[in-house]
Amino acid sequence: MNSTRYILECRNLGRELPSPQHRLLLRNVSFTLQQAEVLAVIGPSGAGKSTLLRLLNRLNEPTQGSVYLHGRDYREMPVLQLRRCIGMVMQRAYLFPGTVSENIVFGPAQQGKTMNPQQVDDLLARVGLEGYASRDALTLSGGEAQRVAITRALANEPEVLLLDEPTSALDEVSRDGVQSLLASLIRERRLTCVWVTHSLDQARAMANRVLALRAGEVEAIGTPGEILHA
Amino acid sequence: MLERWFPNQMERGAVQCLIAALIAALVILLVRRRAPNLVTEVFVAELRGLLQIIAVGTILAFLLRGPQWTAIFVLAGMAIAAASIVRKRAGKIPRVYTLALASITAGAGSILGLMIALGVIPMRISILVPVGSMVIANTMNTQSMFLDRFRGEILAHIGEIESALALGATADTAVGRYLQAAFRASLIPSIDNLRSLGIVWIPGLMAGIVLSGQSPLYGALYQFVVLTTIFSSAGLSCLVTSYLITRRVFSPQDQLLLRG
Ligand SMILES: Nc1ncnc2c1ncn2[C@@H]1O[C@H](COP(=O)(O)OP(=O)(O)O)[C@@H](O)[C@H]1O
Ligand SMILES: [Mg+2]
Repeated sequence: MNSTRYILECRNLGRELPSPQHRLLLRNVSFTLQQAEVLAVIGPSGAGKSTLLRLLNRLNEPTQGSVYLHGRDYREMPVLQLRRCIGMVMQRAYLFPGTVSENIVFGPAQQGKTMNPQQVDDLLARVGLEGYASRDALTLSGGEAQRVAITRALANEPEVLLLDEPTSALDEVSRDGVQSLLASLIRERRLTCVWVTHSLDQARAMANRVLALRAGEVEAIGTPGEILHA
Repeated sequence: MLERWFPNQMERGAVQCLIAALIAALVILLVRRRAPNLVTEVFVAELRGLLQIIAVGTILAFLLRGPQWTAIFVLAGMAIAAASIVRKRAGKIPRVYTLALASITAGAGSILGLMIALGVIPMRISILVPVGSMVIANTMNTQSMFLDRFRGEILAHIGEIESALALGATADTAVGRYLQAAFRASLIPSIDNLRSLGIVWIPGLMAGIVLSGQSPLYGALYQFVVLTTIFSSAGLSCLVTSYLITRRVFSPQDQLLLRG
């Protein structure tokens, strides 16, 4: 198989809303992603960036094309296993009621795996939340909550991480903090990411490649230098 | 007073309906500013309720002369009607009619059947139809409340639900806490009915038994039987709904379909 050097491959991916609307949300999106590559997805609001991410972990169903994980059509995989392999962090944290620790062990628990308290503490310390394990998840600040959401996704040890404007709902100070946290996590864990952002500076700083979407179609794809010139 | 003016029972009934309707009209007039869109709804509901109950009274009068098992058909018809009323309230949930019909039939049908088999409720039209209709009507209300609450919870927590799915949770796990909330909310009225029995209200059936000249204590005990039966039926129907509902709001690939 020639495609196995890619972790993720997207071929002619598209989605049309079912009847009666028949609206085309995304069309003919193709790209490949290698280990430790970061692909930034940019484009105006409503361009289909979130739609693309939601197709990549199959929260929505593609109506055109498909996604290949290690060369295998993702529709042949059990969807729960697929979603464990492709983690996601959204614009808001959407933490579950309960403690920070309960949020973090949620993913592994779905596969029947338990995390011991030490593992949780270590993960939290890594994201700058030392001693937060027993805190009430719903009383955290925006930046803290987003760090927990990132930790919660990483606890599943995903092969690909999808980030849907993970810093855009935060104030300026926590935005910089979360961005540099993600940058260092990506470097040290060699994470493979699809990172939706509306900040061209963020795309330039984080990405190996950039995909520009407009009105549901690929406008351009290339290196940050090619796409974000001047 | 009315008894003196209208010695004929049917005429008296008609006048009683008229007076009750006039008072309701007065209330509508009073609330119309605060709830303008309620006026037509209440008016239509009043008219509809009156016509339906007259029709049922006529049918009952007819059935009482025939074999007792025809009560089953009356109750089955009521369950079908109840399911379509639930659909009106919770129509945004896909294929909700069959869901409501299944859970009302399973809940009310099995509990009533058990009660009849054990001899607690006699297989007599004059008792089975009014008691059965109370059980079905309350189960219907419980279903409407369950589905309405569940839908509200889902729409308010789309982000949390999809976060759980994205972490590899099944649809059932992702909505578990919202099912619990709906369960609780929909059964509270049935529980409160039991709790307030006799103190806050003396329900119609007991009133009927007392009015018909039987012992008030027997009327009281039988009322307890009916309210407990209602609770059993409502609880069982919610259980059935909670098992069937997930597959109606998620795709086979565990994608949340309900968005409005
Ligand atoms: N389930 C849906 N029903 C109707 N319209 C949708 C749905 N999901 C997305 N859209 C529409 O698709 C377009 C792209 O949305 P989205 O992918 O969220 O854009 P972006 O993330 O780039 O801002 C928008 O116009 C949005 O309104
Ligand atoms: Mg978006």
